[in-house]
Amino acid sequence: MDIQHFRVKLFATADSRPHLGDAIAVFHRWIQHRRLPELMIDVSDYEHVPSGPGVILVCHEAIYGLDQAKGKLGLVYNRRAPLNGSVEDRLRQAVAAADTAAGFLEQEPEFSGKLRFDRKAWEVSVNDRALAPNTEATWYTLAPVVRGVFEPLFGPTGYSLVRAVDPRELFRVTLSAR
Amino acid sequence: MKTSGGLWKECLQGRLPQPLGAEIDKFESEVLLKKQGKIDDKVFAETRLRRGCYGQRYDNGQRHDGKETQTLDYPSDNTKGPGTMWDAPGMQRIKIPYGGLNAGQLEMLAALSEEYSDGIAHITTRQDFQLHFVHIEDTPALMRRLASAGITTREACGNTLRNVTGCPLAGVCRTEAFDVTPYAKALAWHLLGHPDTQEFGRKFKISFSGCAEEACALAHIHDIGAVATVRDGKRGFAFYVGGGLGTVPQQAKLMADFVPDEELLPMAQAICRVFARLGEKKNRNTARLKFVIQKIGLEEFRRLVALERSTLKAEPRWTEYLTEVPAYREEARRPGALLEISGALDVEFERWRKSNVYEQKQSGYVTVTVTLPLGDITADQLRALADLARKYTKETIRSTVEQNLVLRWVSAAELPSLYEELKAAELAQPGAGTIVDVVACPGTDTCKLGISSSRGLAAELRARLLGKGYELDEAIRGLHIKISGCFNSCGQHHVADLGFYGVSRNKNGYTVPHFQLVLGGKWEENAGSYGLAIGAVPSRRIPETVDRITSRYLTERQGGETFHDYAKRVGKAALKAMIDDLTSVPPHDVDRGYYVDWSDAREYTIGDIGIGECAGEVVTPIEFQLAACEREAFEAQLALEAGEVGKATRVAYESMRNAALALLAWRLIPHDSTPDGILAAFKHAFYDTEYFFDPFTGGKFAQYYFAAHERRSRTSDAEQAHRLIEEAQLFIEASHACYGRLSAQKVVAA
Ligand code: SF4
Repeated sequence: MDIQHFRVKLFATADSRPHLGDAIAVFHRWIQHRRLPELMIDVSDYEHVPSGPGVILVCHEAIYGLDQAKGKLGLVYNRRAPLNGSVEDRLRQAVAAADTAAGFLEQEPEFSGKLRFDRKAWEVSVNDRALAPNTEATWYTLAPVVRGVFEPLFGPTGYSLVRAVDPRELFRVTLSAR
Repeated sequence: MKTSGGLWKECLQGRLPQPLGAEIDKFESEVLLKKQGKIDDKVFAETRLRRGCYGQRYDNGQRHDGKETQTLDYPSDNTKGPGTMWDAPGMQRIKIPYGGLNAGQLEMLAALSEEYSDGIAHITTRQDFQLHFVHIEDTPALMRRLASAGITTREACGNTLRNVTGCPLAGVCRTEAFDVTPYAKALAWHLLGHPDTQEFGRKFKISFSGCAEEACALAHIHDIGAVATVRDGKRGFAFYVGGGLGTVPQQAKLMADFVPDEELLPMAQAICRVFARLGEKKNRNTARLKFVIQKIGLEEFRRLVALERSTLKAEPRWTEYLTEVPAYREEARRPGALLEISGALDVEFERWRKSNVYEQKQSGYVTVTVTLPLGDITADQLRALADLARKYTKETIRSTVEQNLVLRWVSAAELPSLYEELKAAELAQPGAGTIVDVVACPGTDTCKLGISSSRGLAAELRARLLGKGYELDEAIRGLHIKISGCFNSCGQHHVADLGFYGVSRNKNGYTVPHFQLVLGGKWEENAGSYGLAIGAVPSRRIPETVDRITSRYLTERQGGETFHDYAKRVGKAALKAMIDDLTSVPPHDVDRGYYVDWSDAREYTIGDIGIGECAGEVVTPIEFQLAACEREAFEAQLALEAGEVGKATRVAYESMRNAALALLAWRLIPHDSTPDGILAAFKHAFYDTEYFFDPFTGGKFAQYYFAAHERRSRTSDAEQAHRLIEEAQLFIEASHACYGRLSAQKVVAA
């Protein structure tokens, strides 16, 4: 399976209490200062949608978002353009992009003391049901890829993976490290 | 951008309904040919529009970031239309005839919103769905997947027959003559791709209403509004024609008070043929059906339609569906049963029940409205709703023109458990159809024509009004707010109690987002009357404007007076006086908030406007003069309100002439001060040079002035005067915009 389009979410710590709307100014500033390597296009505000995408920064290659899907706040990196390299390389790049953007957000004055990310809590999805339907078969294919990316960080037994079971959803695993 | 498009083609091969499948194959080839540079830009643009692939803001590769214009350096320099970059994200409109949906379709929309868009599906004011930020190369796969669920995007945009809309309560409504669903469905599919609908010069919209009194399908704002009528036991439709909102709205006129049901399809087809033949093709500004009727008159139009009808070759589809109509009936999953509440009342449930539950004509059943803030719903919520639609109904779902979804045929006894499950999915917000259920077009969020942030304002108003919750009096709760990002009226602001449309103003050398407040519109009676703008207020102060007007209504209304009647009684002058103090804008260094739009953080611009030395903290004479013209246009409204049609016409024309004069004086252009002299100088200096043109409407608003000048010595009726006032307001807005653009160029030149 030539998997593309990883969607990675890095969860915020439980005590984070940012004002979501502050991300609007932050993301606009990122566009002004070309803070990210992607071609940044625009900012969309979905604060009004409960458990929605929050505030998003739309780029040509990916969509970043301070997201609150399923009631859990986090930084999402949703890869849209195909990537080169092995499947594991692609996931690694998506994880790195999310981690970098999360670091930038933590440093922004609007979020100072209000937003921290828990780098032991991740979610990995594949945003393409043709390449990666949410099935056991995809799980068997992708579990080694996910492990390949996270084991160097948490060791072989330092984390657990849980797969979402609704077949209608994207293939999605949640990672919790100890 | 997805690499899996081919996989969907393979796996859905031979499984798509025809001709949808073949249509999509054709479109895919066109996308490939365009990629290879083998199709002309204009041709491809129309091709994709006819498949619902619409442009989005910044798709010309330029975006002002609040400080400067950045070039968006997309990987491909190919284009998908004139000045539209290939890689720029676009909007995909998805047609949902009469709003009818099933659970599988909700699940499909959920999947597509995640995979090709930003995870949000948006419902429009015409019951369509829209996905944003979609890449053109993903659209064939997206369309195939939709087609596999029985949905098409064909003719969702472009100069075509758009989505056929219908009452979301059709079949369950207590005031309907009969269920219009099978008729709306038959007409939508009959005319889809029909040869008689392919040669339009502009879009064409049809709606179906079950009765004349309610607003559910807004018959009067459509090219054809078909209203169900029974005569001597026989089903038929009253046909209203030539309605439309847009820049200058027009109420549809009654063309036939009874068209028997077997004549529905051929009659609509005959109207389409007349429109295709006589509708303007070159100037899109005068290309809607309303202009044909204005030009030739309703009588002549009737005659031509009858003639066209008599020459039509009969098609089996005209009547085939009628054999199934008597048996057509949606079914319920559970037996109908009345709600019995024992124990203490759950206040939240009761609030929700009051605003979001409609008692069907079928005893024991209710229709439940799922309120969607700004028409937005997530993929997770769509799936949750699909589950509930299966559990509580036989998947009887509809989208509404108020940007919500309804679940029909719910057994009333099951309301408490449905409510709990909707609540778990965060879909149980109360306030459907009330003042908090603010309707808004996409505006500056994604629309290329947006001037002010309609969605940003809608979200702000919604949050504030929800905050007040049930402190609001019943009379205020029942009002409708509708917001458009510009004069094009996609948010249907003309038919709201409180309507707003986005404009901009030059203040203190900066551009400031504003909204025109539109009063006098009527939502009931199928959009019974249209409002007029009474003045522009800075976007920042719109929430106060709403507070001010609604509180005054509350304290001053007489008995059970509706807002519409109250506004009529106190008059526009008094209403305007209520908000006059809210129109001022403090200097930039005192309050920068006025210079930034809602849901944005950038300094507001309508182009690449910078601040130069000439932009001091002074109000230039032209700003005063244009403000005076606005006042004149308003005085024309007052005259019309007082029944002085002649005066209204004269003053409206003079307000246009004075706006032209203001521009001439500002640019120190010599002119003869007679009306002819002013027009000639304006035409020479601003129209022929195209300085007055904006990128999207060209010289349309100047043409309003030219036409008014031509007609100035003729007498008008009240409807013509109403239209002229609208045109005068738009001409003055365009003069403001022209001044803004040219001063920016002057600044740049300096
Ligand atoms: S009203 Fe204007 S801003 Fe709103 S969607 Fe229509 S064209 Fe765009």
